[in-house]
Amino acid sequence: MAGAGGGGNDVQWCFSQVKGAIDDDVAEADIISTVEFNHSGELLATGDKGGRVVIFQQETENKSQPQCRSEYNVYSTFQSHEPEFDYLKSLEIEEKINKIRWLPQKNAAQFLLSTNDKTIKLWKISERDKRPEGYNLKEEDGRYRDATTITTLRVPVFRPMDLMVEASPRRVFANAHTYHINSISVNSDNETYLSADDLRINLWHQEITDRSFNIVDIKPANMEELTEVITAAEFHPHQCNTFVYSSSKGTIRLCDMRASALCDKHSKLFEEPEDPSNRSFFSEIISSISDVKFSHNGRYMMTRDYLSVKIWDLNMENRPVETYQVHEYLRSKLCSLYENDCIFDKFECCWNGNDSVVMTGSYNNFFRMLDRTQRRDVTLEASRESCKSRQVLKPRRVCAGGKRKKDEISVDSLDFNKKILHTAWHPQDNIIAVATTNNLYIFQEKVN
Amino acid sequence: MSSEEEASIDEQQEMQDTVVSPEKAEEAKLKARYPHLGVRPGGSDLLRKRLTKGQKYFDSGDYNMAKAKMKNKQLPTAAAEKTEITGDHIPTPQDLPQRKQSLVASKLAV
Repeated sequence: MAGAGGGGNDVQWCFSQVKGAIDDDVAEADIISTVEFNHSGELLATGDKGGRVVIFQQETENKSQPQCRSEYNVYSTFQSHEPEFDYLKSLEIEEKINKIRWLPQKNAAQFLLSTNDKTIKLWKISERDKRPEGYNLKEEDGRYRDATTITTLRVPVFRPMDLMVEASPRRVFANAHTYHINSISVNSDNETYLSADDLRINLWHQEITDRSFNIVDIKPANMEELTEVITAAEFHPHQCNTFVYSSSKGTIRLCDMRASALCDKHSKLFEEPEDPSNRSFFSEIISSISDVKFSHNGRYMMTRDYLSVKIWDLNMENRPVETYQVHEYLRSKLCSLYENDCIFDKFECCWNGNDSVVMTGSYNNFFRMLDRTQRRDVTLEASRESCKSRQVLKPRRVCAGGKRKKDEISVDSLDFNKKILHTAWHPQDNIIAVATTNNLYIFQEKVN
Repeated sequence: MSSEEEASIDEQQEMQDTVVSPEKAEEAKLKARYPHLGVRPGGSDLLRKRLTKGQKYFDSGDYNMAKAKMKNKQLPTAAAEKTEITGDHIPTPQDLPQRKQSLVASKLAV
């Protein structure tokens, strides 16, 4: 059923691969901080807290044997960012990769943008499978030949060599953000991209590194008046003039760059009215949006806040069209989640290829598949126990209180250190990449 | 309505109150543990903490002076507070957290 990309719950998910070390002692550098498929789904990139990027490539499927699922193997790995210290501001700049975004492929090479808190880099990943041989003045190992020994001339030729994949930084976009970059998004115009920090959003041209345009600035004149920050931003998948940004107060603003150079004034404001009687100390914190993603068809957008996933119709601002609870059983645990800082965890979310199913992570290495068309949801687990190839993942159930049934796990037994913050869905097929703290799991649809 | 029915309706209402807002129950728990927690819900304190993430205090003059003094003294063996190197404590190379870049390849690439 490759290519269908639909149905979250008639799909049976099977373990395909797991990448990373098994040991429980996780070095901080190995913590995965971002996962992203490229536009064809052939490449899968991960970034980690140590500033490294690893790219996996899908092996070309053996068409005569459809049961043989294609695997993702290491294609390239490089150090994208390094730790820095800004002495002027006394600021330590982490090398952690916050986001990776692929550029659409234009030629033989692949390009991606990777960013840490302050600097965005454009990386070119290219293949080399030929090398020139038969130079007149040099030996094969590079040493120069004694000119007096040369008696004939020959024409150097290209000969095949073992495939070498090279990654090189082509552009470094620096010094445009006072605060910490949380998002980058490539525009459908294939020329520009945006980068967003807590208070500002900048527009860049992919070729130009020494300047960018500020398009959103929500910094108040008096910082004492600060009430909300930007948490995520994304360009519309087709309309190159439209982008959205979400806030820590649970609102999403849609902006149109044709309206004015500075988009401080939004074109649309998406906000669900809150019941004032339900308001608590935690309300604002859990309403903070940690991720916003447009649907592939560009008609909807999805937001993730601490406890739920909401689907918004771009034509309706006053409430979402769908709301899904991710882990409602945590509402009665907010006090301890505040104390251990888990309430500030930033979960991401993603759409499947045809926008019928959405996925997001949770705790205890659980992740949730929410089927929009069938109105069903399932909780699955990414763990070493389910690592037998082609073993179908069993749905998991959390018991909120009262009598715990067999096979259920109680809320108090959940491991809050095992969080799935980053997930990605192949653009066409039912192949998903789920990142636990330091491992990358790849699951595929069961092929009969 | 008989008084018995009224009483059970009251009970139901009370049960509903706690059931309907587990959030409020959690809030009460938090306030009990931290009575001095800010009146403003979350708000500016949290935001400001987020904006100043990564701020370390470093004065090169103080640092060099301390380094010169340290030459004559035994280096302190007690591990200083690694997160907040500010105020009276002058950071030394031993105190600062390791900022070595990752020369080791990622374990995902094995």
